[in-house]
Amino acid sequence: MTGISEVSFAAAETEDQPRIRRGPLPYILLAVGTLVILTGAWIGLFVAPAETFQGNTQRIMYIHVPTAWAAMLALMFAFVSSFAYLFNGKWAWDARLEASIEIGTLLALLLCIQGSIWAKPTWGVWWDWDPRLTTSAVMVFAFAGILALRKFVEEPGRRATWSAVATIVAFIDVPVVYFSVNWWNSLHQTQSTVGNIAPAFRVPLYTSAIGFVILLTGLIMLRARTSEIRLSEEIAPPLEPVASVGGIRS
Amino acid sequence: MQLAATLRKEILLQWRTRSQIAAVFIFGATSLLLFSFSIGPNSEALRLYAPGFLWLGLLLSSTLTLSESFHLEMEERALEGLLLLPASDRSLYYGKAIANAFQLTLLGIALIPVMVVLYDAGTTRIPAMIGVIILGAAGLSAPGTLYTAMTSQLRSQQTLLPLLLFPLVVPVLLAAVKATSLIILGDPMGQARSWIILLIAFDAIYWSLCGLLFGRVVED
Repeated sequence: MTGISEVSFAAAETEDQPRIRRGPLPYILLAVGTLVILTGAWIGLFVAPAETFQGNTQRIMYIHVPTAWAAMLALMFAFVSSFAYLFNGKWAWDARLEASIEIGTLLALLLCIQGSIWAKPTWGVWWDWDPRLTTSAVMVFAFAGILALRKFVEEPGRRATWSAVATIVAFIDVPVVYFSVNWWNSLHQTQSTVGNIAPAFRVPLYTSAIGFVILLTGLIMLRARTSEIRLSEEIAPPLEPVASVGGIRS
Repeated sequence: MQLAATLRKEILLQWRTRSQIAAVFIFGATSLLLFSFSIGPNSEALRLYAPGFLWLGLLLSSTLTLSESFHLEMEERALEGLLLLPASDRSLYYGKAIANAFQLTLLGIALIPVMVVLYDAGTTRIPAMIGVIILGAAGLSAPGTLYTAMTSQLRSQQTLLPLLLFPLVVPVLLAAVKATSLIILGDPMGQARSWIILLIAFDAIYWSLCGLLFGRVVED
């Protein structure tokens, strides 16, 4: 009885074998992204004027703000990949989920570090319990937990489903954490938007942001390939011939 | 009907393993005792931090309660048997989550006298206090039950459950500590209400979301 259900289950799961993608696109994106970020950094460091109140300290904004945007984008993509995996069960979405959580968590960690570097000269402290700082830290820990979960689950189907579920649960928590910490304490300066940034600062900021998005896309594509290769090694070849020999068809 | 049956089963199991509940209570009380050593014998500071200690004690104890709730299901592959029954996954989840919330509420109520004695943090607003404990326990139990369903099937559950659960319940901890603190130390501005609303919102989100996702976690 159990044998039949196991065979048909395995056959159903291997219908979509992970496809190993090749091609130079991610490498091109990595190179272009790095070049654009370097250009943005160069404009930010040497061309854009120093800010009136913060002086040179403000220049970290050209990296810090794009890091925040890229981290959010990566984690949002992880959220979308989780839904996609739960709905269509294609391995490619699990590979994308793994890639985007890993890169999103790393970017969120970098965000906290850059924030601390900026906070020390500006606020006089390395850390402050302001909503955005605290939310980023909670995000790092929440998504690092999901990465740990992935390491501990050996069966690929289960690992994919569980991490998709955990990603949805953790992602929905982000606005709630932000809101609750906002109530608790608030000090961070208002969000950087087009409206409150002087035109001279916009060029390096947007150049850098575009570079980050290109680099992020390349990194996720490349990392997803690594996951696909590992998945294809973990998943046994289709069981269809074996199943039909025994007279069992799914 | 199915929910009532699962809930009955859970409560019966909890009753039969009540020595475990007593052990968790002793663990919680010991944590409260230990927290006071981190502050020193400063009665004013202890009273000020009492709500935080109470909720940290409850949060730490919750991992024991939650893992115990799935421990029995893993023996003799009982969970598979339960899934074969003509009952929906959802009723299984809600039965377990309600039973866990119930047990955590009892634990929280039992820890109040310990807090009062150790930290001199008493209050006459008992119904409000119990209300906050119920809402907080529900907030810990909803995602906790979902995550325990995953981690109990793994070898390293002791490490993974807190790793997944603790960052997620930051809003519960914040709101519950704030509300408890306002109840104990006085609430001249009437702020407790907004923290209670936050707890209710968290509970509403996670009780519905985790109920929807539970089926995917146990189906294989």
